[in-house]
Amino acid sequence: MNEMKDRVTITVKRGAQNEEPHFEVYRVPYREGMSVLDAIMWIRTNIDSSLAVRYSCINANACKECMVMVDGKTQYACTTRLLNRDTTIEPLSNKVLIKDLVTDIVPPKENLHFIVKNIPSNV
Amino acid sequence: MVHLETDIFIIGAGGSGMYAAIAAARNGAKVIIADKSMIGRGGATIMAQMTTAAALGDEEPDHWTMHLEDTLLAGRGLCNEELSSVLCKEAIDRIREMDDWKVGWARKNGKITGVGAPGHRKPRCVYVDFLNTGPAVAKCLRTQIVRNAEVTRISGLLITDVVVEDGVVVGAVGFNLADQTPVTIAAKAVIIAAGGLTRLYSRNSASANMNGDGYAMALRAGAELIDMEFPQFFPIGHLAPRLVGMDPIMWDPFRYKLGGRLRNAKGEEFVHEYGGQDEGKYLTTRDIISYAITKEEEAGRATSNGGVYLSFEHLLEEELRSAFGPVIDRLAANGIDLTKRPIEVAPIAHYHMGGIKVNSRMETSVLGLYAAGEAVGGANGANRLSGNALVEAFVFGERAGRFSAIYATGKQRGWSNKSGIRHLDSLNNLISCKHSDDPEHAELGQIWAELQNLMWQNVGVLRTGLKLKKTLLRLRSIRENLEEVTPAKGQAFNLTLQDWFDLRSGLLTAEAVTLSALNRTESRGAHQREDFTETKQSFERNQSISLDRNGSLNSRFVTSKNFSELKNAR
Ligand SMILES: Cc1cc2nc3c(=O)[nH]c(=O)nc-3n(C[C@H](O)[C@H](O)[C@H](O)COP(=O)(O)OP(=O)(O)OC[C@H]3O[C@@H](n4cnc5c(N)ncnc54)[C@H](O)[C@@H]3O)c2cc1C
Ligand code: FES
Repeated sequence: MNEMKDRVTITVKRGAQNEEPHFEVYRVPYREGMSVLDAIMWIRTNIDSSLAVRYSCINANACKECMVMVDGKTQYACTTRLLNRDTTIEPLSNKVLIKDLVTDIVPPKENLHFIVKNIPSNV
Repeated sequence: MVHLETDIFIIGAGGSGMYAAIAAARNGAKVIIADKSMIGRGGATIMAQMTTAAALGDEEPDHWTMHLEDTLLAGRGLCNEELSSVLCKEAIDRIREMDDWKVGWARKNGKITGVGAPGHRKPRCVYVDFLNTGPAVAKCLRTQIVRNAEVTRISGLLITDVVVEDGVVVGAVGFNLADQTPVTIAAKAVIIAAGGLTRLYSRNSASANMNGDGYAMALRAGAELIDMEFPQFFPIGHLAPRLVGMDPIMWDPFRYKLGGRLRNAKGEEFVHEYGGQDEGKYLTTRDIISYAITKEEEAGRATSNGGVYLSFEHLLEEELRSAFGPVIDRLAANGIDLTKRPIEVAPIAHYHMGGIKVNSRMETSVLGLYAAGEAVGGANGANRLSGNALVEAFVFGERAGRFSAIYATGKQRGWSNKSGIRHLDSLNNLISCKHSDDPEHAELGQIWAELQNLMWQNVGVLRTGLKLKKTLLRLRSIRENLEEVTPAKGQAFNLTLQDWFDLRSGLLTAEAVTLSALNRTESRGAHQREDFTETKQSFERNQSISLDRNGSLNSRFVTSKNFSELKNAR
């Protein structure tokens, strides 16, 4: 029981672009000072690796890839501290959804399909 | 499926890949550069907060040969001296060139200013304030390639294999992460600039993308690796209290500028017990401090989190502020006041000295295959000086771009419609395989966790033959059974397909590190064996690793040419 006390409930909005979104609830072990990204990574390692999320530098707040909505506010998942209470994580609402927490933030000119369409003679 | 064609194809868009793109384009080549993350953001380059070394001699006299001597001394006899001298000499050109591109090197009285660092006899480590070197460098190089019409950038493209036919590189294969579209790229030459391997360790300073793809791709393409037993452990990685928004190696610049004192859990200073020097100054090289902290931990003198204390409590608030202004606020936001409490630090995997074996034109043993940056082994031997990694990325990137473009000039692409079929087939099999029906699917995550723990526990700072042997067997068996593990269902941004390929590289690379560590029955630089504590003259040789047809790794020791021989040869 003690173990469950040290867990915090994380609700994640999931689904790909053309799917009906649904919310999934996870119980994640809570450590003082942990980040929202720590919780997401824990879910991927221990419960469901198919949870889609974009991040690279994990800690450094350098890559700026990890923006999501935490309890309705736009945040970097890696620098936002998880509070010891129920938390809801959703994808950015102002970007095109790809899947789960991943939205399309790649500059158009760096997107494979854009390149194929617009630079036909890539010789 | 998508097929692309180019002259030079570059795998990885960190400092080395982007510099290679610039250099290849200005030597007349068309370039495609791809990154499995986003261009300029995915690797170590953007995370490097500190400094980069070059003997500019602007502030006080310095010479690249002195930088070279320092590099060779730190390398403990294993540097490929030809690569090291290229590194130290051309570091100056690259730093000045980036200055022209307005990267923003810190200046004093109008001159580019440098700081000292352990092992450098001159204050030659240049930087961008405050703790902004990596982001500034990444932005500067990215701006250069964005402006260049000859360079096409692709983000979110994971390359799985380099395609080689009749011993010659013809291109590469990969897939688009957002939707699993298979991609083939026909190219006259391919540059592996995919960075390092430190994500293989549970304690690391790595980004999510540093799992040894470059080394594994090179092995599978038939190239050799060298010095794989030498990942570098950064001695004072941040351990506690949990700190968000800062890079775990952030204490190094604090040590450069302010000293700081290392103490064990009993409050005793200890670095001098292991042949180092501390006394509030930052003088001792990384290998010795990593060793000292790990030994203190073994002796039961570590903090409850398994590290040691680093203290700046003897300093005044003003001193801290004038050295690190905005960083002090970020620490405060994390509840840390350095004038009131020490923080806890411990070694973490940070960089890889070993890597793909190249000559000074960055050619591997496979025709048309080049490598650059941290993916390359040899320039830093058994231990790297701080500041030598970013310039390695710039210098080797520039060389790989330049020499591959020269090689490609006048050549035809060797790609035929049969090229890459084998790699495409196995990719398509994975995409269309019968996936696990269990929606709660974390098998790949669990294997990753096991791999990282194995490497940290047994192939980390202190090694023994027995643990290395056991690890080698376990890694082989996971690798052999990986085919039976399947990615999850779904096309859109299916990270488990990436996890699978990351693991495939990670396992092979981890095995190369472990095998090399087992064979080196001595201690030297970052490789410390508890069962062979002496440094042996007979091991002043490099170990080379290759993959045979049956998928087994083979190792042999080779003597690398030393500098005096090279000088005579000139
Ligand atoms: C936290 C940190 C701090 C550091 N600080 C310093 C410092 O102050 N000074 C210094 O000299 N050095 C420092 N280093 C080391 C230095 O940053 C690196 O050695 C250097 O940046 C490596 O550059 P690179 O271009 O070779 O690789 P990276 O910058 O790591 O780039 C490699 C790129 O390849 C991509 N990639 C990998 N595999 C694939 C694939 N299969 N398909 C497509 N793309 C792929 C990755 O996503 C990544 O973007 C630091 C390293 C770290 C981790
Ligand atoms: S993961 Fe890089 S900024 Fe958050």
